[in-house]
Amino acid sequence: MQKSLNIDPGKCTGCLQCEMACSYEHTGTFNPSRSYIKVFTFHHEGRFAPYTCTQCDEAWCMRACPVDAISVDMATGAKVVSDDKCVGCKVCTIACPFGTINYSQATGKVVKCDLCGGDPQCAAACPTAAITYVDADWTGYDRMMASASKSLPSAETTAG
Amino acid sequence: MRVDLSKGSCTSEPLNMEWANLYLGQRGLASKYLSEEVDPKCDALGPDNKLIFATGPLTGTMASTSARYSVITKGPLTGAIACSNSGGFFGAELKYAGWDMVIFEGKSDKPVYLLVQDDRAELRSAEHLWGKSAWEADDIIHATHQDPQMRVACIGRTAENGCLYAAVMNDRHRAAGRSGVGTVMASKNLKAVAVRGTQGIGNVDDADAFVTATNDGKAVLAENAVTGQGLPAYGTQVLMNVINGVGGLPARNMRDVGFKGAENISAEAMAEPRKSDGKPNLTTNGACFGCTIACGRISTVDPTHFSVKDKPQYHGSSGGLEYEAAWSLGADTGVDDLDAITYINFLCNEDGFDPISYGATVAAAMEMFEDGVITTKETGGIELRFGDAEAFVALTEQFVSGGEFSADLGLGSRRLTEKYGKPELSMTVKSQEFPAYDPRGIQGIGLNYATSNRGACHLRGYTIASEVLGIPVKTELNDTDGKAELVKAFQDATALVDSAGLCIFTTFAWGMDNIAPQIDAACEGDWSVENCLETGERIWNMERLFNEAAGFTADDDKLPKRLLEEAIKDGPTKGQVNRLGEMLPKYYEVRGWTPDGKIPDETRKRLSL
Repeated sequence: MQKSLNIDPGKCTGCLQCEMACSYEHTGTFNPSRSYIKVFTFHHEGRFAPYTCTQCDEAWCMRACPVDAISVDMATGAKVVSDDKCVGCKVCTIACPFGTINYSQATGKVVKCDLCGGDPQCAAACPTAAITYVDADWTGYDRMMASASKSLPSAETTAG
Repeated sequence: MRVDLSKGSCTSEPLNMEWANLYLGQRGLASKYLSEEVDPKCDALGPDNKLIFATGPLTGTMASTSARYSVITKGPLTGAIACSNSGGFFGAELKYAGWDMVIFEGKSDKPVYLLVQDDRAELRSAEHLWGKSAWEADDIIHATHQDPQMRVACIGRTAENGCLYAAVMNDRHRAAGRSGVGTVMASKNLKAVAVRGTQGIGNVDDADAFVTATNDGKAVLAENAVTGQGLPAYGTQVLMNVINGVGGLPARNMRDVGFKGAENISAEAMAEPRKSDGKPNLTTNGACFGCTIACGRISTVDPTHFSVKDKPQYHGSSGGLEYEAAWSLGADTGVDDLDAITYINFLCNEDGFDPISYGATVAAAMEMFEDGVITTKETGGIELRFGDAEAFVALTEQFVSGGEFSADLGLGSRRLTEKYGKPELSMTVKSQEFPAYDPRGIQGIGLNYATSNRGACHLRGYTIASEVLGIPVKTELNDTDGKAELVKAFQDATALVDSAGLCIFTTFAWGMDNIAPQIDAACEGDWSVENCLETGERIWNMERLFNEAAGFTADDDKLPKRLLEEAIKDGPTKGQVNRLGEMLPKYYEVRGWTPDGKIPDETRKRLSL
């Protein structure tokens, strides 16, 4: 059973613990500029939005890569870049409709979310559960439950 | 990094690790640099003063609340050592660019800003930025460099106009707010510091122990009622009704204690949907960098409110009211119009000035106006009465654009009241205005104000935690026994927390036994609880020595007469005055100082000073 990152922007406070956790996992440094997840602050709206790769099934990045450097991790479903194969041509960064695969000057390769091999550190570090790692078939579970709870009869009508 | 503004040079130099082992970082270490390099008697606004932007060892790491940086200088409002602490995202960015500290010295001929992109640093012309607000300058710098991820700290127009309590603003609505550190920046013709850092932090001493210690710390914050629930939901504004309820909320230039309109400007009021658009004042809570508490308020002003009706640029969300600002702009001026003071708070952020000192200075001016000491002739035609929101909004708009009364208001309350012959109406210590807790109702905070190294300030030793909230143990509001020890303990611990690069709000949940392991894992050397506490005490004493050399004596450890002699008129603390005289000698004693407040040789020796 595969899992997906599930992001609820309404719960995000913009603290960037996820960015630090991601960079620490992948580079051994606390360095948001090398994080594969990014939190956007919309100041005038008073909103925060974490954003990263959705691991498309028909991944544009994977299709576009001329050297087959991006492959599927069969355990997690993540599209993973092989540093050995990647030549840094950046075609995938043009192909991705969401901007979530990017070139890294530090490595000369492209970088993207790899779900940390099945234990995504962004979700582990998030203090408000704005980022969770849930059953890939049930990313709507929480919203479904919230909607369902609204259809319940009130406590007074059910008591006795 | 050392930036010589007179020569226009930026040079890299290694951090003095011998000092870092004694003073940790940020507030402590930068104060050590200032003490060694600046004559305490210098003119705070002259080229001999220095301005230091400093991060701590935990700034930019995964420790919770790792956002903090400080601006350290000799303060123009007080003439004392000034250290103003800020959150937001700027401090971590500076660290990621590879710099622990930036020391500005001298004075530039023309307006400049410092551009830091990792290892590269250069001074650029800021002539096009001078005369712009902090928000405009921030926008222009981002546009110029086409880099939305750049972080900017800058000053607004009030600093340029010489307001003595101007702030350094970063990330639009976070401020190194107190004591006029922004005024010093303006005096050096330095408009902004713009930073982009991509190098990260990879030199944590023991990475595994660090991750464990910081995760343990975060769990403690999450489980604590104040840091896990109260602060994220209500922010510091949760205090408005609490402090009013116990009889500790000063009002109307501290003529009164207790404010009828308190609930109209409280956290509860901020959450209440308003009639016009059905939205509450509070949009959401927001975190500074790395903070798992997220107490920050993001607010809007009612778009139909008189203050912003024809000003759509103020209809969006921005940094909302925190407790101290809500008190100074609200209770202290007698204004209980939530939208008016939210708007005025926006203006404080936009043009970079300390809302505590501003509100309290306006309150002193209001009292002088009501007493007939000043008239509409001085105030630029404004009928400056307590409780008049329209007058206060008009006054503030005049103030930011350098209108008639702005030079007077920019002096701060002590100089303003002296100018008009009413010094007894200035509610200040060492020329800095009080924050939102009345020392008549709450004894220990009065001792902390009187002895604070940067003038009246709650953030040097927040005894309110103990006296009102019972953290870590409850002490009685009106007791003076034990308050000397309490104040010392809070002052020393705070100095250490600041110097680590952490936020003082963690200490609602964290004791030194939660903090020391995080520092110990991050830094070389032994950072046991004992060493942390001693370091805090060393820093406090070093700051005191700077002030002593600047000419301060025990005579400056005092409170205004009003707080010592005019008893509270009604409410739960009726009849009380502050009994500083009962606490101060004991305080000197527990600090190991002489009865006249001097630091003797044996105490210096004990603390390696």
